[in-house]
Amino acid sequence: MLGSSTPVLAAAEVTGAEAPAAAIAWWIWPLGLFVVCFFLGIIAVPAGVGGGVLFVPLISGFFPFHLDYVRGAGLLVALSSALAAGPSLLRIGLANLRVGLPLALIASISSMLGALLGLALPDSIVRIALGVAILGIVAVMIMAGKTELPNVPASDRWAQVLGMHGVFIDGASGQAVHWRLHRTPQGLVLFFFIGILAGMFGLGAGWANVPALNLVMGAPLKVAAGSSSFILSLVDSSAAWIYLNNGAVLPVIAAPSVVGMMLGAKIGARLLSVLKASLIRQLVIAMLLFAGGRALMVGLGLGG
Amino acid sequence: MDTPEIAPEQIRYAEWLRWSGWFGLALLVGAFLVYVTGVLLPHVPVDELPRVWKLASSELAALAGGHAHWEWALLLHKGDMLSLLGIAVLSGCSALPLLAVTDIYLRRGDRLFAALCLLQVAVLVLAASGLVAVGH
Repeated sequence: MLGSSTPVLAAAEVTGAEAPAAAIAWWIWPLGLFVVCFFLGIIAVPAGVGGGVLFVPLISGFFPFHLDYVRGAGLLVALSSALAAGPSLLRIGLANLRVGLPLALIASISSMLGALLGLALPDSIVRIALGVAILGIVAVMIMAGKTELPNVPASDRWAQVLGMHGVFIDGASGQAVHWRLHRTPQGLVLFFFIGILAGMFGLGAGWANVPALNLVMGAPLKVAAGSSSFILSLVDSSAAWIYLNNGAVLPVIAAPSVVGMMLGAKIGARLLSVLKASLIRQLVIAMLLFAGGRALMVGLGLGG
Repeated sequence: MDTPEIAPEQIRYAEWLRWSGWFGLALLVGAFLVYVTGVLLPHVPVDELPRVWKLASSELAALAGGHAHWEWALLLHKGDMLSLLGIAVLSGCSALPLLAVTDIYLRRGDRLFAALCLLQVAVLVLAASGLVAVGH
């Protein structure tokens, strides 16, 4: 164990490529991280994506941090956002414990496996997989439709046993909306794989949770979005512990990211009615395409 | 207008999560301020951070120690390690709300959801225990 006055990395070499970054005062990077995350938070809300999915590819592509710490911080960014939003969504019935708990349990277990896998694989392989995953997310964002109130003729047996049904007040119409779910086994399988992706890449998983709940299991869009937040709060907790216990969380990266993203998200929520959501969404898709392509190229040794 | 009744366990979960979540966030921010203002000396000197954050987590653990497997809990007098306490609280803050609603499920005879809550807590405890860990 080294004391604070002892250079921790006395033997570590600084290569020519690393020297310029090292020459910049250390605090510039966390400050820059805070500023970037603040703006990511602003655009994440109107774009309808969680902060984590923007954070990991962009920060790993353009900041000098090892991917391990970026993924650890990405999970904490997504976790903090979910923890901030979760309580009020639960209280008004837009998040549902009976829907979220079974799915979160499956995805929590698989997110631990994903985190272990991500930390065990070589960096280049993870970057390639991250690039492919980000480009896949863009495809989901472009192609996946949304159904405000899906038609669910009957619940399946699993949904009946688990009590996956409820009612919420639609803010727009003021009407009570009764809903129920179906295709629960398919949903459980999907959430297993969503958990692996969330843990492996530190992405959060709202981009996948919402379509799975809405399009596959038949949850109304608002219930899907609200329950996704509750599920994220449990799934990202499990994966975050794996990163923490493997030394893959650096406070100097995680803390400015969390605070910047949360402050930005508060501004983004207030600007929701002013900003043109479709334009922001196109901007986010372009950013993800760029960041995903860059991760792929760096992983393949073609640039970066 | 038909006002739906929110299940009491959901209300309790929301309340507990609100308090535990904000406590974790406040601890994270407070500890980070202690770290960056230098009130407590860090385990890793700040001027070495530009080299530290380029290393894989396994390399950092081998060189500096302190970051992995709860070793940080013995170094809470160091600013950076104290910040990890905030992160740990944030990562574990869902466990208390889960335990708080288990009681409601049990009293109602809903053993399935009581078991789901306890299983979820067990997963969090397993993740936090450090028993599940790898290196590169």
